[in-house]
Amino acid sequence: MPSLAPLRFRLNGHPAEVLAEPARILLDLLREDLHLTGTKRGCDLGTCGCCTVLVDGRPTLSCLTLARLVEGRSVTTIEGISPAQGLSPVQRAFVETGATQCGFCTPGFIVTATALLRDHPHPSREEIMRAVSGNLCRCTGYTKILEAIESAARQGV
Amino acid sequence: MAEPTPGEYRLIGHRVPYVEGPLKVTGRAEYTDDIQRPGTLVGRLLRSPWPHARLRSVDVAAARALPGVFAVLTGEKYPTAFGVLPITHDETAIAVDKARYIGDIIAAVAATDERTAERALSLIRFDVEPLPEYSDPREGTSKVAEPIHTRGLNGSNIQKEVVQHFGDVDAAFAKAAHTVRVRGNFAGVTHAFTEPLATIAESTPDGRLTVWSATQVPHYLHRSLSEVLGMPMHRIRVVKPEVGGGFGGKSDPLPHEIACAALALETGRPVKMLVDREDVFYTNHGRHPTQNDVRVATDADGHILAYDIEALIDGGAWSSFGTVTTYYNGVLSMGPYRVPNFRYRGRRVYTSKPPSGAMRAHGGTNIRYSVEVALDQVAERAGVDPFDLRDRNALPPNSTTVNQFRITSTSFRKCLAAARERSGWDDKFRKLPYGRGVGLGCGFYISGSNSPIHFTPVMPQSTVHLKVDMDGGIAAHSMQADIGQGSDTLLALIVAEVLGVDIDRVHVQRVDSDVSPVDLGSYSSRVTFMMGNAARSAAEQIRAELLRAAAELTGRPLEEMQVGHERYFSRVDPQVGVSFMEALHKAMERSGALVASGSYNTSPLGGTFKGARAGTAPAYSFAAYVAEVDVDVETGVYRVDTVWAAFDCGRVLNRLAVEGQIEGSVHMGLGQVMGESMNYRGTRLMNPSLLEYKIPMPQQMPKVEILLVGDDDPEGPFGAKEAGEGPLIATLPAVGNALYDAVGVRFTDLPITPDKVLKGIDQRRQEGRPWKGA
Repeated sequence: MPSLAPLRFRLNGHPAEVLAEPARILLDLLREDLHLTGTKRGCDLGTCGCCTVLVDGRPTLSCLTLARLVEGRSVTTIEGISPAQGLSPVQRAFVETGATQCGFCTPGFIVTATALLRDHPHPSREEIMRAVSGNLCRCTGYTKILEAIESAARQGV
Repeated sequence: MAEPTPGEYRLIGHRVPYVEGPLKVTGRAEYTDDIQRPGTLVGRLLRSPWPHARLRSVDVAAARALPGVFAVLTGEKYPTAFGVLPITHDETAIAVDKARYIGDIIAAVAATDERTAERALSLIRFDVEPLPEYSDPREGTSKVAEPIHTRGLNGSNIQKEVVQHFGDVDAAFAKAAHTVRVRGNFAGVTHAFTEPLATIAESTPDGRLTVWSATQVPHYLHRSLSEVLGMPMHRIRVVKPEVGGGFGGKSDPLPHEIACAALALETGRPVKMLVDREDVFYTNHGRHPTQNDVRVATDADGHILAYDIEALIDGGAWSSFGTVTTYYNGVLSMGPYRVPNFRYRGRRVYTSKPPSGAMRAHGGTNIRYSVEVALDQVAERAGVDPFDLRDRNALPPNSTTVNQFRITSTSFRKCLAAARERSGWDDKFRKLPYGRGVGLGCGFYISGSNSPIHFTPVMPQSTVHLKVDMDGGIAAHSMQADIGQGSDTLLALIVAEVLGVDIDRVHVQRVDSDVSPVDLGSYSSRVTFMMGNAARSAAEQIRAELLRAAAELTGRPLEEMQVGHERYFSRVDPQVGVSFMEALHKAMERSGALVASGSYNTSPLGGTFKGARAGTAPAYSFAAYVAEVDVDVETGVYRVDTVWAAFDCGRVLNRLAVEGQIEGSVHMGLGQVMGESMNYRGTRLMNPSLLEYKIPMPQQMPKVEILLVGDDDPEGPFGAKEAGEGPLIATLPAVGNALYDAVGVRFTDLPITPDKVLKGIDQRRQEGRPWKGA
């Protein structure tokens, strides 16, 4: 068995220390070891965006990221974006607009949209589409997802 | 009884957010892979690298001896054949004597971890005899050297042949003023749901087996598990967690689900089987690669006289829903029009490729494209506007088709009128500049298959149980399967509407065969119609008890009592009333919690000829779509700017969900017409990933203008019909016909990729046939 080594990083705002193999993938670490199952496994190939998390605030495909690479950095998952009570403005907009259907792509879209609106509070539709172009959805035709992000922007995040 | 009159609904027809939405946006919704059972083993499958091979012997000794391996299974332990249709059981959990396509499951392993499981798979040694492989369905239509299955017709690979003839097609063609012929060729496409297939199975010392699975049809999975594993159904518990999309791809009982359960029985431990994305492509069961040949005859004014249709359908290695597919490619070609004479020959042929099966708008999509393109040509020849042509052929309400489909409600003419007006058709058709065009495509689809797949025992198609206890919460149970389409919300909405309560009182329980009454699940666009009627019936029983209690409490006659918002009151004196909770507690005095069981069943429909039931439904949805396209005539690249989607789903129950279904259907339809394709080299699938099998991105989506114009259906719940599959169909021909309007080229080979567009444009130029002056 490959040797386990300590890995220290910030996870959803709190310090985390885990033992991980050198080749451990961040998605596996989050889902299997830390039981943060809100981050979804859709393809393991960086094509669907379901596994998107924030690393130092930037949307990152956790299925293509070696866990080692987040040493000393900050990781935010959908669990870290969700308030203790209620929903974030982006989450609320997704619910009200009907931007979830099966919901499997939803955490990835919420993570991506949250980062977008943090940096660009009033994005154009073109900017929104570019931001989410790494996230696939098969249910909604993206229509209500784009509307939800615009609605969240209007309401102010 | 206090029946709200149309227009007075509190929830129905409004935009009701999905009840599970807050769980989904926070990552708290639980999908199969999110379930963690203590001591879970990793299940892995070995898939055939051979397209067709006899499995002479297998050596699993080294794999079994590997530390950390708990079980290694090959086909002979559970050889019972299964399949979604009882008449075509030809799948096994693990291949028994032959491997039939690249990707066929030939062994299964359970081990402590993924690495050990993979290592064990690599240690399994097969001795095989390669057999002839069949990639082209044409070569399988006559006797072949080694049929893929023994059940093929006369030593061929034909799985199903359907021949139907109504009226006199030859006589109709003989007197026709216009005849057109379209030969369509359609690549296979697949569902590409975002949640990969996943199953967990656990056998426990009480002799029971629990299976959690990403399935659309828990009930058929339940039956198949019982048949193959040889366990009575009551010892098996099937649970459907949240499901990340299905579109038909999770509607067959699938071999990995049964293999996973078999590993759990072998090991006595929980086993989790995740099917990775590549293997999801190999599991497929998507839309069939199809060639069709459509001839249409009309009179001088474009009245349809006859259809004469042939279809050759590439089934892949298994039957799946294929018998239904073969019928549907014929019988779903006719509505929304009156077709007085009809002849069809359809053949579905096994090939050594991943099995095809049911995909959204199953059986009605490819044939519809060819028919609608043919009608566009008829309109051109006859000098009739395409809308007028459809309108004069429209089936009226309360009519019967030549093959004895019963049409009750149809607002197809209203769909036509709405799409024509909103799209500005009369100012655009043949009037836009070269490279721009509009096209019309129409369609219809079943609102629930009238016939259940299994006929024994005789039972309703849907049952809903309600329990209302002293807390004022309403638990709703049913095996209807929400796969993202919003059926849990629909169930809650109907119950809340009937009882007059807030929707958050209704808690739709997870599908669990131990406690959920049977509903046949999410396929054939049956849930709104059938579960909706069952839910309404159950809620009305509870309402009757509450109104009786309210009458008792107020001392007013029962006939006077009416449902309000969270209260029941006297229609004569509206001040006199009691709250929902007061009525509930009064009603509970005698026997505790209120419980009700509501059900819905279809009544017999259709003719008495062979195959008459295929395509019969208690109602049908109708569609008329206009697409507007913009073609770059130098590169062949085009985009669809707008789709005007006029749809008749009867009364709209949840506007948010109906819109979502239409927008998603347009996306999926555009994917098939513009670019999606399962690419094969011989029998080998060349693009089994979402990188190479591309579904449309946000930038490719058109503006979708939704026009909901349906009148109430007489039998649907509150007048509703389906909106889950029918909205896909019209998208494809609308785009194909718009491309013709734009550049004057007929495209009958899907997907219509830019290279084909460019080739068509060049060819027309070379032939010296200018279009719109270019």
